[in-house]
Formats: sequence, structure tokens, C-alpha cells
Amino acid sequence: MSNSFPSPFEIEGPEGVEGWEELYPYSSSFSDYRKDYEDNRFWFWDSMHWGKALTPWDATFMEAALASLSQMNSRHYRIPPADGVDFRILYGYAFLSPVGVDPSNIEARVPQFMERAGHYFGNWDDLYDSWLGKVKTTIGEIESIDFSPLPEMEDLEVITGGTALGSGGKLMSEYNRFRDLIMHAWQYHFEFLNLGYAAYLDFFGFCKEAFPSIPDLGIAKMVAGVEVDLFRPNEELKALAQKAVDLGIARNFDDPNNVSLDGDAGAEWTAAWDVAKDPWFNFTSGNGFYHFDKIWVENPDIPYTFIKDYIARIEAGEDISRPIEAIREERDRVVSEYRELLGSDEDREAFDGKLGLARVVFPYVENHNFYIEHWTMSVVWRKLKELGATLAKDGLLANADDLLFIRRDEVHEVLWDYYANWAVNAPTASAAHWAPIIERRRAIHAKLDAWKAPKALGAPPEVITEPFTIMLWGITSESVNNWLGSDEGAENELTGMAASPGTVEGIARIIYEPDEVNDLQQGEILVAPITAPSWAPVFPKIQACVTDIGGMMSHAAIVCREYGVPAVTGTGFGTDKIKTGDRIRVDGSSGKVTIL
Amino acid sequence: MCESCPIVDWEHELPTVRYFTARKVDADMTEHIVWFDRYEQAHKPFVGGKNASLGEMMMAELPVPPGFAITTVAYDQIWQDADLVTQVNDLLRSIDHDDFAANRAISEQIRSLIEAAPMPAAVATDIREAYAALCAHCGVDDIPVAVRSSATAEDLPDASFAGQQDTFLWVVGADAVIENVRKCWSSIFTDRAIAYRHSMGYLHQAIAMSVGVQKMIDPISSGVAFTLNPTNGDRSQVAIDASWGLGEAVVSGEVTPDNFLVDKVLREVIKREISDKGMEYCLTDSGAVEKLEITGERRTTPAVTDEDLTAIAILARRAEKHYGCPQDVEWALDKHLPTGDNVVMLQSRPETVWSQKPKTSVSSGGYDPMKSIVSTLVSPLHKKSE
Repeated sequence: MSNSFPSPFEIEGPEGVEGWEELYPYSSSFSDYRKDYEDNRFWFWDSMHWGKALTPWDATFMEAALASLSQMNSRHYRIPPADGVDFRILYGYAFLSPVGVDPSNIEARVPQFMERAGHYFGNWDDLYDSWLGKVKTTIGEIESIDFSPLPEMEDLEVITGGTALGSGGKLMSEYNRFRDLIMHAWQYHFEFLNLGYAAYLDFFGFCKEAFPSIPDLGIAKMVAGVEVDLFRPNEELKALAQKAVDLGIARNFDDPNNVSLDGDAGAEWTAAWDVAKDPWFNFTSGNGFYHFDKIWVENPDIPYTFIKDYIARIEAGEDISRPIEAIREERDRVVSEYRELLGSDEDREAFDGKLGLARVVFPYVENHNFYIEHWTMSVVWRKLKELGATLAKDGLLANADDLLFIRRDEVHEVLWDYYANWAVNAPTASAAHWAPIIERRRAIHAKLDAWKAPKALGAPPEVITEPFTIMLWGITSESVNNWLGSDEGAENELTGMAASPGTVEGIARIIYEPDEVNDLQQGEILVAPITAPSWAPVFPKIQACVTDIGGMMSHAAIVCREYGVPAVTGTGFGTDKIKTGDRIRVDGSSGKVTIL
Repeated sequence: MCESCPIVDWEHELPTVRYFTARKVDADMTEHIVWFDRYEQAHKPFVGGKNASLGEMMMAELPVPPGFAITTVAYDQIWQDADLVTQVNDLLRSIDHDDFAANRAISEQIRSLIEAAPMPAAVATDIREAYAALCAHCGVDDIPVAVRSSATAEDLPDASFAGQQDTFLWVVGADAVIENVRKCWSSIFTDRAIAYRHSMGYLHQAIAMSVGVQKMIDPISSGVAFTLNPTNGDRSQVAIDASWGLGEAVVSGEVTPDNFLVDKVLREVIKREISDKGMEYCLTDSGAVEKLEITGERRTTPAVTDEDLTAIAILARRAEKHYGCPQDVEWALDKHLPTGDNVVMLQSRPETVWSQKPKTSVSSGGYDPMKSIVSTLVSPLHKKSE
């Protein structure tokens, strides 16, 4: 077992990708200029969020997310031990590195943190209400962005109103506004998240001290919300399935690609669909970070397939409703039993306080994912595609999706070309200029995408203490040691986080792409790099779930706990070692997966 | 004759004072029989410590094998026979406390007298009726029972030397029950018990004997459970040891039992160590206990299922809640009860190791949310999660 991962400067990428760095901003590449800094850090591939090679635009959202996360830690709340999470792109893949605060500076940040974070904890509910308002407004503003083609002639009002400002300039303004709003959304994403994790971790740490062997699940169960927006899309599907049965049009969903909704019953069902879809079906089949993620409203065959499954279960006499009362009772039981087992009234007071705060912050932790990754990003991708279509229509680009291969800063030049030559009414240069570049970049990207990035780079720290790294990515000192030793590890065993308890044996099915989710057969074990919230409808079908990456707050862990399905997350190599059809045993209580 | 011997008091008081007036008991108590599932605190002086604890377990809704206590009121009836009292006192008076061999012979004579004395008719009838009711309850004619002495010695610190606390296993039929009840009664006068009372200066009449009659358990497997994690004192877990057959094998340490850790709250098995179990104690058809070698796969087959473990953990937790402190319980899986409902508890007593350690507070002073969060963020989390 070696005690270090390869240096980022030693990694040999795939053949024939020379110049791959041009797909991304230079600030995101490893470089000789910062070699000393970069070579002495630990970098892990964030395959949980960015498992595929990034196009320039996919990279934009990675960079926006990491900068926003970092800024909240370092500049807003002054989290005492943690600055940001640094990020680089190596051969198309996102590598992250938590940045700790110099120990001698931690103390000075404590009063700053107490004042700033204290304000948020003290006014959480009001601030969260205002957050929901801000986010919905932002989504509305993004929706309102006008990327339509430049007109042949300005509207008469421009003349009669004496505004003088024309559509070409406005298009460039709209693009700037688009970029600003994206940055707003990502700052909102992290406005509460890190603080929410901190409050959760405080309760978590208390429980681990009071009950040294308490499973993470026990803690999560006490805090988890009963009615959660993130589960709402799935609940809406169930209601629509029930409605189809009640209206006698269940058979219309037999072929999800060809659903007829004619007639009165169909119209009544469609009316219900229209109410549910906005906003709940602005829901992506992936994690929202990639241009290829499919959004339910734009791909109704995806929700129709789930509805078809639910119809079958209703017709088989199954009760598919979410047992809210039972879930609430179970949560209350777990809380009261742990509380009762504490040693003193003083401990119970602290327990009540910490649990109370964790529950106040938790709706945000659970729900932000729907509002940003799903709803906001659905609209963002739609708008970006609109811009691509406009540029293709007016001959600036050969194809609408060429835009994905033009960096966000380069788009300004395309828009200038568009504007100037629309103004002059002369030929544009963009199509010819970009054709060879895009061809080259597409080829590079395809090669990068076929390449497998290393799990980690550089020297692992002695201990990993950055709380968010542990909580969200499930990266602990133990898991890093596992990665280091994986070459010598038992071929048929994997260890990860004991994310949801229970032991089962069954047949594995590897799912790499959201589109493959419907291949899952009743009783199989889902093995995936990660899972997405929109896969929830298949969870009742599966026996267990294994993921390569993800901590106790990862989606797989949350959903498995919700459905009582055993889960081991953050195994590192699940999709490498396990093959579809393998018989495996998943022990979600100890975090072990065995290939039988 | 022994000058300081308290027998004199007995002899002196008996003719005028009711036998156990000295024990300040509730004079309203007249019952010969108290069923375990009808036990109340007020019965305790009449049923003895062991029966009281079974009754209390029933009150806590713990699945104790069904049965009843024959109260000390019944025991007192035998001393209504003045001849018996005189004969016993004569024998006690003849004791030379330095001559152990002679004492043993006298003890045996006293015990024979008690065992041969006619049982008062009302007592015998009540015992027969209670046994018949137990048979009917279990749906078995002549149900095999365990007959146990359960001494009571109010005001005395330790009744354990009251008798040998005899237990007679696999007693079948009303006649055999009655015979063994008499044996339990007479066990108050074992040589050891006589010598103990003598050396402690206790009155012989300070001790009375109740007898427990309880359905025999024929265990598939049995073991013990601690209502905390013995390695770190974590009270959210139950540690369970289990092995095949009677609990004797586990208690005596003759086998390394399977060892499990069950989460009390989540009701999940979180750790299991299956050991190679080489032997077991079993009951033969005649009720004798025999030691058998275990062969083949059964040696390394878990002695309990996950469902059994969850049931044991829930019951152990119930005992802990009822008694208000961590418990050390003995349990068994009965062969003759339906699966899923076959866990029985034989005993529950306070856990002594962790309970005696000083309790450390995890909240360390008053709760201040912000200070607490800062300390969580600053102190490495991994330390807490290890």
C-alpha cells in the first residue's frame, strides 16, 4: 500500500487530447505557476456531482458551485476551521481539495463566526421564507430572459418611446443577466447549506459522544423531515397514477412513449398533470449539472413510465401512499427512546436544543436540492438551449449544441459578431471561425469522456477534519486509506458508509445512466456511481443500493432511509468490481458489500 | 445446650404468638396461591424474593413462563401442628454447633419430619387446583414444571442462606408437585441454613418459605443479554450472548457463545460474531439434564435468528425501562411455544459494571448553541465518530 496518490502533474490522460485545457478557464487548470501549492494538496475526484467529462458549459456550473460554497465558508460566515474547497479540472474531470484555516487564525474567526452564523441561526425561519421568495423570483427572472433571434426591424415602440436602445445590445445584456442570475442562484444554494450542515454536525457529534456506537441512520432518522419538498415530485406521480386508475384511463399508460389523453377523462387528467408539473416536474433524471440530464416536463415519457409502474402496483392492490403518520410516529419513537437513554437532565436539555436546531435547519438541507439543482437548473439549461437554437438559426453556429463547446467568456464574442453584423446587415464570421475549434473540442471531449479519472491525487492529509467533506462526500480518513489500499484489498469485498441498515443478498444491476433506471427488475440490487432524487420511484422495487461515492447526506442515503432499503454508499469502486448479474450481499449496517 | 441460641425465643413465643407476627405482615392476606400474572407489590412478603421478581417481570409485561407462587401463608399452615413444632424444637435444641456431622444428621431428621407431615387439606387442594389450571392454560395434561424455593426474610439483609434455594426441574403431576413443595419447605432447615442463622443470631422463624411452580422451559437456545454495549457503555445497544440448549452452558463458560450487538432504538443487529459451539446441555425425555456434544454445521450455525435477537432486545429494553437501570437478563427460546413468540425471560437483575462508573456528562455544562457548534467545527469530527 502506497501512502500517496499520484501527483496531478504525473497523470497521463488519454491519447490525442493535446490542448484539452482550452475547454476551460485557465484558472481551473493545474499549472507550473502554482505547482508547489497544488502538489502538496490532496485532491479527490468529485464523481458524485461530476462523474462525466465536462463540456465548457458543464464546467461553468461546477465552478459557480464551488466558488459559492467557498465564499460562504471563508468570506461570509468565517467558518473557523474551514475556508473553501479548491477546484481544478484535469482531463475534463473535477478535482476538489478542502482548504483548512491556519490553526493560528482559527481563534480570531470564532467571534466573527458567532456573530454572523448566530444571526442566521437566530432568524432561520424568516430568512428561509425570504430565501424561498428570492429563489422563486430568480427562477422567474431566468424564465423571463429573452434569447429570441434579433428582429428584422425594431418594434415601433422603440421609436415612439424614444428609447434608442435596440435588440442587439439587449441580447448581450440578457446574456450578462443570465450569467449574473446563475451566480445568484448558486450563492443562494450555499447561503444556508454550510450552516445547516454545521448545526446537523453539532447534533451528530453530541449523539456520537452520548452513544458511541449509534449508527448514522439513527441520527438522521431523528432529524429528517416528514414532509419534504424533494420527495414531492414522486408523491405527485403517485397521485397522478391513482387519478388515471380512478378515471379509468390506466391502460392509456401501457406505452409510456405513446400516451393518449383524448376525451373528457384525458382532459381531466391533463388538468391535474398541469397543476402538478409546475414546479414539481422541473425535475431532472440526473443531478442537474449536465446538459444531457433529462427534465421530466420536457421528456414526459420518463414520468409516464414511473406512472405506469405505480398503476401496476395500485392494480395489484398495493397501497403506494406514503405513510406520513407511521413515519412521524417512528421518528417520535426513535427520539424519545434515545432521549430517555441519556444520563442526565442536563444532557437531555442539550439534546433537545441541538435536535431542535438541527430540525429547524434541516428542511433547507433537504429541500434546496429541488429548488436549485432541479428547478433552477432545469430553467437554466432550457434557456441556454434557446440561445444555442437562436445562434444556429441565424447561422452563427452550425448546430444549436455547438454552444456547449464555447466557453462562457467566449460567448460574448459570438454575440458581438451577431449584433454587429445584424446591425450592419452583413455576413457573420462566427460559423467559420468556430467550426474547426468546435470539431476539435468535440473530439477531445469524447476522448476525455471515455477515460476513467483517478479517484484522488496528491498527498492525503493525516486526518480529514473538514466537516462538509465528510458529511456530503463521505470522504473520511478511513475511506481515503481504503482507496490507497484498494489494489491489495480482497477482490470480492468493498467497504463504504453504512448508510441505511439491513442485510440482503440479490442480483446486482449496474446503472451508469439515468436512462437505464427502468431496466431495474423487481428485487435487484442497484449499483451506481451515484443516484438522483428522481430515481425515487424505482426504490420500492429494489432490495438494496450500492454507490461509488456519497456520504450520509447523499441522495442515495436519504432515499434508502426513506424507503427502508439497505444501502452502502461511498464504496469507491462498486461499479468497477461488481458486474450486472453478480450475486452480492449488501450489509447496510456495517457498510460491507460482498460479491458471492 | 447453647446458651445464646435464639431457639429459646422460638420455643418461648410459639405458644402465644402467631408464627410470623414478628414479621409485621398484612394480616388480611389469606391466599395460599398467587399467580405470577396477578402479582402485586403487597404480595412480596408472602411470595419471597425470587417469586416476587418473576411477578414483577410479569407486571412489566415480560414473557415469564407461566406459573404461580405458593405463599408463606400456606407454609405457615404446617406449623399449626403443635406436635411438629415441639419435635422440631427438640431437635434444634439438641444441636451442638461445633459438630458438623451431627448437625447434618439433625437437619435431615427435621427435614424428614417436615416432609412427612400431612399437608393441610385446604393447602393441598389449592395447590392441586392451581396446577390443574396451569395444565389447562398450557393445554397439556400434567405439564412439566420447575418447583423452586423462594424464601422470604423481611427485615433481614440477605435471605439467600434461608435455605438451599432448591430447584426441582421437570416435575410432572400434582402429587409430584406437592412432594417437591414439601422439600422446598424443609430446605429452611438444611444444616447450612441452620448454622448460618445461628452464626448471624437470626431467629429461625424470621424465615418463611414460599414456593414457585412454573412451566418448564425446554430451550432451543438460551443466553444472557446486557442492556448496554459492554465495550463502551453505549446504552443504545443490547449485547446478546446465545448458545444452543440450556443457559447453563453460557453461564458456566463451557462454550464461547455467539455474540451479537443489537441497536435498541433502531432494532437492528449491528454486530454478529458466530462462534464454534462444541456442547450443550439438554433435557432428556425424563427431564434429566445431560451434556451433549454438538457436531456438524450446527456448531457454527447462529443459535438465534435476527427476529429472535430483535425480540430479545425489545424485551431486555422493557426490563431496563421497568427497573429504571441497565439490566443483565437471562432468556431462552422455548421449543414448545410458537416461533416469533417463543422468547421467555428467566431473570433480570441490575447490570453492575458500567452502572457503577461515575456518569460523565456529554453536555459539559449549560447548553449554548453557538459555542457548541463552534466546538463541533473546531474539534476534529473523526474523534467523535470513532
